[in-house]
Amino acid sequence: MARVNRPVSRRQAWWLLATAIAASLPLLQHVPLWLSIAAGLAFGWRAALTWRHWRLPPRWLLIPLVIAGTVGVFLQYRTIVGRTPGIALLLVFLALKLLELRAARDAVVTALLCYFLVLGQFLFTQTIPTAMLACLTVLVTTAALLAASDDRPAPRQQVYRAGMLLAQAIPFMLLLFLLFPRVQGPLWGIPQDRFTAVSGLSETMSPGSIAQLSQSDAIAFRVRFNGAVPPQSQLYWRGPVMPSFDGRSWRVAQTLAAYPTIPYSSTGPQVDYEVTLEPHGKHWLFALEMPATLPADSAMTSDYQPIAREVVRNRMRYTQSAWPDSNAGANETRAALRAALALPASGNPRIRAISAGWQAAHGDNGAAILAAAEELFNRLFLTYTLNPPLLGPDMVDEFLFDTKRGFCEHFAAAFVFSLRAAGVPARVVAGYQGGEINPVDGYLEVRQYDAHAWTEAWIAGRGWVRIDPTAIAAPSRVSSNLAAAVPAGEGLPFLARSDMAWLKELRYRLDAVTNGWNQRVLGYNPQRQRDLLASLGLREPDWRSMTAILSVLSGAVLLVLTVWILRNRQRVDPALAAWRRFTARLARRGIVWQAWEGPLQFAERATRLAPQHGREIGEISGLYAALRYGPHPQPDELSRLKSRIASFRP
Amino acid sequence: MRLAELDAILGDVNRIILGKERPVRLAVACLLARGHLLIEDLPGVGKTTLAHVLARVLGLDFQRIQFTSDMLPADILGVSIFDRGSGAFHFHPGPVFTQVVLADEINRATPKAQSALLEAMEERQVTAEGETRALPEPFFVIATQNPTYQIGTFPLPESQLDRFLIKLELGYPDAAAERELLAGADRQQMVAKLTARIAARQLTELQQKARAVHASAALIDYVQALAAHTRTSPRWHAGLSPRACLALLAVARAWALLDGRDHVLPEDVQAVLPGVIAHRLRPTDDSSRTDAETIAATLIEAVPLP
Repeated sequence: MARVNRPVSRRQAWWLLATAIAASLPLLQHVPLWLSIAAGLAFGWRAALTWRHWRLPPRWLLIPLVIAGTVGVFLQYRTIVGRTPGIALLLVFLALKLLELRAARDAVVTALLCYFLVLGQFLFTQTIPTAMLACLTVLVTTAALLAASDDRPAPRQQVYRAGMLLAQAIPFMLLLFLLFPRVQGPLWGIPQDRFTAVSGLSETMSPGSIAQLSQSDAIAFRVRFNGAVPPQSQLYWRGPVMPSFDGRSWRVAQTLAAYPTIPYSSTGPQVDYEVTLEPHGKHWLFALEMPATLPADSAMTSDYQPIAREVVRNRMRYTQSAWPDSNAGANETRAALRAALALPASGNPRIRAISAGWQAAHGDNGAAILAAAEELFNRLFLTYTLNPPLLGPDMVDEFLFDTKRGFCEHFAAAFVFSLRAAGVPARVVAGYQGGEINPVDGYLEVRQYDAHAWTEAWIAGRGWVRIDPTAIAAPSRVSSNLAAAVPAGEGLPFLARSDMAWLKELRYRLDAVTNGWNQRVLGYNPQRQRDLLASLGLREPDWRSMTAILSVLSGAVLLVLTVWILRNRQRVDPALAAWRRFTARLARRGIVWQAWEGPLQFAERATRLAPQHGREIGEISGLYAALRYGPHPQPDELSRLKSRIASFRP
Repeated sequence: MRLAELDAILGDVNRIILGKERPVRLAVACLLARGHLLIEDLPGVGKTTLAHVLARVLGLDFQRIQFTSDMLPADILGVSIFDRGSGAFHFHPGPVFTQVVLADEINRATPKAQSALLEAMEERQVTAEGETRALPEPFFVIATQNPTYQIGTFPLPESQLDRFLIKLELGYPDAAAERELLAGADRQQMVAKLTARIAARQLTELQQKARAVHASAALIDYVQALAAHTRTSPRWHAGLSPRACLALLAVARAWALLDGRDHVLPEDVQAVLPGVIAHRLRPTDDSSRTDAETIAATLIEAVPLP
């Protein structure tokens, strides 16, 4: 093809610059600043080249630039493989490729690089806006690719043509999406830098850590119940359990036994539900207390916390059951109980004195001490607030007797401290409490501001008993939500507030759409694919038969298209078809027929360029002109034209 | 097969109008296509001579009307004057009653006078004082106009411009042609010595021949593609009208006949395109005073042959 050597026109250069900018803009936030600036300079250079008709930079300048860019990426990341370094490298190549747009070949390469960069966006986020932006960029890139082969149509027409092409590709896209054999796990599993900071609960809890989370209305997870939704006050989503206390913060146990199954027996009714958990960078899976089953690829710690084998770095979905009424740990190990009694040697003398009084009065009657502690918390008139005052070294004493203002972590910490000081094993449980039903799609949405901390006390004969000391001071936190519990005027995230109903409605709709996207598009995993194929009558297909189905279906679509195209081709004038063969032959010699050129005019020009073939060219062109435009074409003229062209060897 | 009489006509004209083969050829094609010709150019480049020569070699009567701003329709069409001898009104035909009319500086006259001529051109007859009189056959108007940016002009409206089949610009001759002109014999005398190459009847036959030149389906597709492009492109205010397409085809046929072909090629359409479309397409970008050739070239290169 001689066409790949055609020079790039100004219009094509503008198209490619536009698509390069569109493809790289969303990625600039992920690459280092120096690279963004360098790419911007290259784009500016390209614009100047086109605008001012400057000469392209020479090879001896471009090659060092490519090397410098690659070395820069390597120095930045100490590697050139992986997600971000790879994208950075592609960006370097794209920016420099724009500076050597010599021929149509370079234009095509640039457009293809842009497609790659669009794909690169999905390595970072896979949200609906990303997908929409990607569609738009693909549209522009396709229009640029079309312009690379024919730059005459106006920009609007190019975009229209690109849109039509992409619309025609949609059936193929759906076919591939639904039937291409799926692999377990995320599509873009690039391990080392896949994950960066996401908000959520951490392994430690100190005063203020959960209050901080209450400022975020990001979704933590979504739940769909099979059957009735349990009452709000039962929605305790168990997260990290924190038995160890250093006087300031609580943390999860360092070493834990892990059980492959549920280590306790059930009582009461069972609640079934499905959780779609947003990535949070930790191992734990949130489950309604107490879990009755374990999701696939997970285990249960000895403090009854389901944990995933892999850190949750991708949105995951698991089905779960719960027994809201069951108590676990009736025969708890001595080591665990000892850990649940440990306190720092000194500090908080006032509460220690009160606890010692309870122990003297009730001995080892845990239930009675628990009742005494609840009575104390009730009597102190503590205030539940998002803005508790700062506390000194004796934080339990100061909270209970001086400031009397705290958030759930203050309550939980003080309650556990008082029980431990009275000799009752107790521990802090972090997690989420409550959640809100999205009226649009019926999913229970649990957000970061639903983060909560409560306590568990071990009572002989009953096992671990859940007590929520926050509920003693602010019962509405548990029975309704955060907004009902905190005093008016405290800054709450927008969605946690109860006013501005219409905005909330809008937000609910958006969340429902996002959830639909997550469930149906991003959550289309091997299991779902098997379900779909089963509903189509294919039971348990393996990847081989799926590949076969895919090939047969794509083959059928291609066959239909080919037949359709061939039928249309028959309408082409045979003389025109012969003429195209003739011009294609000359094009290989660098004599390119312009689509608007009349046959005799072309013959004249071609003869000037290739005088040795002048006679043949003139004859063929004359025959063609007479056949295509003459009044009474003779059938033998067509065969003569065909044979002349067949024997034409430029 | 080239027609000897046409070659002879072109040869005669080109001997007097030097270095203007293409405009001359277009003017003859316009005549063969039974259309009228508009020449927009500065004074003194040979407009009148061209009209004169054409009339002579074709053996046609010739009249010249100099348009002025105080001109009345009667000055063109003629008046009825009371004849005392016969006691009746007698019609004195105006200068328009001739076979070749040179309407000089048509845009210096008021629209009223302009439209008198333009109506005569379209109808090929004149209605004065309730009586319709046919104009001679063949009837060929060569109008000249000063560039419209000059002072004291009434620009022809687009609808009137459309009545001219072709608009030409003669332009200055190149140095060699001009030298030959300056060194050569007096043009006036040369014109006077010219003899008719054909009779009026033969001209009518040639016009019929031009109309019979074959335009294949592929060629009509091409004309339609050109028109369609002008209609959708943002480059022009309005696209080519069906009348403009007919004009394009008619001139292309005459052009093919001049080339001795019995069928029209895309090259013919492209060759006559500047003359046919330049006064019918108004660019949206008024600031660019692009000439007819450039406009036509842009259009040609934007439309592939079907």
